[in-house]
Amino acid sequence: MAEICMRGVRKRYGDTQVIHGIDVEIADGEFIVIVGPSGCGKSTLLRMVAGLETITEGEISIGGRVVNQLEPKERDIAMVFQNYALYPHMSVFDNMAYGLKIARTPKDEIRARVEEAAKLLELGGLLERKPRQLSGGQRQRVAMGRAIVRKPAVFLFDEPLSNLDAKLRVQMRLEIKQLQRKLGTTSLYVTHDQIEAMTLADRLVVMNQGRAEQIDTPMAVYSDPATTFVAGFIGSPAMNFLAGTVEADGHGLFLGGDARISDKGSDLSGLAGRAVTLGVRPEHLLAVGESEAEIRLGVELVETLGADTLAHGRPVGAAGTPLGDAALGGEAPGLITVRLPGLAPVREGERLPLRMAEGELHLFDPDSGRRIADV
Amino acid sequence: MVENRPWMAWITHLVLLCGVLLVAFPLWVAFVASTHAGGDLLSGVTPLLPGDRLFENYRTVLGSGLSASGGVPVGLMMWNSLVMALSIAVGKIAISIISAYAIVYFRFPFRMLCFWLIFVTLMLPVEVRILPTFEVVSDLGMLNSYAGLSVPLIASATATFLFRQFFLTVPDELTEAARVDGAGPLRFFLDILLPLSRTNVAALFVILFIYGWVQYLWPLLVTTDESFYTIVMGIQRMVTVADAEPQWHLVMATAVLAMLPPVAVVVLMQGLFVKGLVETEK
Repeated sequence: MAEICMRGVRKRYGDTQVIHGIDVEIADGEFIVIVGPSGCGKSTLLRMVAGLETITEGEISIGGRVVNQLEPKERDIAMVFQNYALYPHMSVFDNMAYGLKIARTPKDEIRARVEEAAKLLELGGLLERKPRQLSGGQRQRVAMGRAIVRKPAVFLFDEPLSNLDAKLRVQMRLEIKQLQRKLGTTSLYVTHDQIEAMTLADRLVVMNQGRAEQIDTPMAVYSDPATTFVAGFIGSPAMNFLAGTVEADGHGLFLGGDARISDKGSDLSGLAGRAVTLGVRPEHLLAVGESEAEIRLGVELVETLGADTLAHGRPVGAAGTPLGDAALGGEAPGLITVRLPGLAPVREGERLPLRMAEGELHLFDPDSGRRIADV
Repeated sequence: MVENRPWMAWITHLVLLCGVLLVAFPLWVAFVASTHAGGDLLSGVTPLLPGDRLFENYRTVLGSGLSASGGVPVGLMMWNSLVMALSIAVGKIAISIISAYAIVYFRFPFRMLCFWLIFVTLMLPVEVRILPTFEVVSDLGMLNSYAGLSVPLIASATATFLFRQFFLTVPDELTEAARVDGAGPLRFFLDILLPLSRTNVAALFVILFIYGWVQYLWPLLVTTDESFYTIVMGIQRMVTVADAEPQWHLVMATAVLAMLPPVAVVVLMQGLFVKGLVETEK
C-alpha cells in the first residue's frame, strides 16, 4: 500500500519533449486511470513510474520514497502488460512464482501465495499449463496473478485489455475493478478506451500531447470538462462544438444567421458580447416541436443502436439559414451528432427541429480551448 | 503450389527416388566394400552385396589401425574428432550467444562497431587467415593439442548473427516483465533467454558439430603428433600410402565409421533442428 506522488515530471528524448510536467498526488488505495489518445505520453508516464524509462526532470515518489534512481524491482510495483508478456516456456505456476523465486521466498510460501492468487482469479485447474495453451482472457488473468502474488504497493496496468475481444473486455474490466476493491492496492491504469477509463477510475488523468489536461473524478470530467480536448475526448459520441457569441442580454448565444440558443439554467450576463466555443453533448440536444425549435439539424445519416438513435448532420438556423461563419460566406460548421432516445422517427434528408437541454451548456474560450468557468 | 494430377505424383516421386539413389549408392558401396577381404576389391569387379568380413574389418580399424599409415587406431582418431567437433560446437554457441546478448540488450559505447567487427569476420574464414592463425597458435604452444585444434575455429559471426536476429524478435515486454519481477541481467539470460533459444541452440549445434567434424585443413596443419590426428585426416592418409596397395576394405570401414557420429547427431536432434530453423515459439 502506498501513495504515489509526481512532481513536475518531464521526459525528453534528445530534443523532443514528450511529457511536459505532470503533477499528480495519488492517495493510498486509489484507482487512477490515465487516459488519452495514442501518442499522448500516457504509457511513457506509466513506464517512468515503473522504472522502465528514466525521468528527465521532476520527481516520482512511491510511499514517500523518491524512486527516480531505483530499479523497477526496488520500487515495490507490479506491472501488467498489454500483450501479457508471460514467459512462454514456463507453466502458469512458474510464471506467477518467478518474481517470488528471485526474491528467495520460501517454497511453501510461494505455493501458498500462488494458489491463493489462482483461486482469486479462477485459474485453479490451469497451473500446470503453458501460456500458449490458454485463451486470451486466461492469459490476462495469469498476468494479473503474477502481479498479485508479489503483494506490491502499486499495480501498474498498461492497456491490459486492448488485446481482448469486446465481450471479454467488459468482463475483465469488472474483474479488475472488483479485484482492486478487494485488495485495496493503489493502481495506475493506462488506457485509450474512455469507457474503461470512466468505469474503472476513482480519478481520471486526461492527457493530451504530454500534458495532463484534467485530473478529476470521472463524473466531474464528464460534466465539467476543463478544455475542449477533454470535452471532445470523454463521452461517446463526442461532444459537438459550435462557434457563437454571447448575446448582450446574457441569456442566450448567437450562432449566426437567425440561430440563437437560450439557456435559462445558465447565467451568461458576465460574458456579454464575448466570442465562445459552445460545447453540447449529443444527448443534450432535444428533438422538439416546430414552434420550440432553436436550431435545426439537416440530417445526413441516421444510426440506429437500439437503445438510442444517432442523427448526424449539419446544423442550420431555425429558418434554415446556415450558421456562424457560413452565414458570412465562410466555412460551414462540421457534422454534429444528436442522440435521440429509443427508435426515433427521424429520416435522412429531413430538418430536425432541436432545442438545448437546460443547464447543459459548456462554454470554452475559442483561442485557449479552456473552459469559461462562470457559466 | 497445390495441384492434384496423379501422374505428377509419380514423376515427383521418381525424381526424388533418383536423388535418394544418387546419394545412397556410394554409401552402399562403401559399406559393402568394408565387409569384404582386401583382395576382393582389387580384382577389378566391385562387389555389390555384403561380404563376410564385417566384424573382422571393423575390429582391425578400431583396434590397431593400418600399419602402412602409421597404425593409428581409428577409435583414437574418432575420439580426437569428437573432442574437436564438440569443443567447436559448444564453444561457438557459448561465445556467440553471449556476444549476441551483449549486442542486443546492453547499450555500451561502440556497440554497433563491435557488431560490425564481428560481422566482417565472416569474410575471414580459416583458409584466408591460416598463416597468421598458425603463427599465433604455434607461439602459444598449442600445436598438437585439443586447444590448438578447436580454439582458433570457435569465434563465429554466423552464430552471433543468428542469435542476434532471434533476440531481436523476443518482445521487449518480456525483458521488462523480467526486470519488474526483479531478474538481473544474468538471471534474465539464464531463466528466460536461454530456454527460449533452445531450438536455435539445437539447430546451430547440429550445423556446427558437422562443421567441426569435417575440418580437414586446420587439423592437418596443427597436428604432427599422430595421437592428435582426426578421422578425416586419417582417411586421407590411409588412401595415399607409400609403397603398398591401399587397403580399400579398411579405408571404407573407416569412412563408414566416420559418418556415424554426424548422422547420429542429425537423427537425434532432427526434431529440434527443424523447429529451430522454421518455428519461432514466443
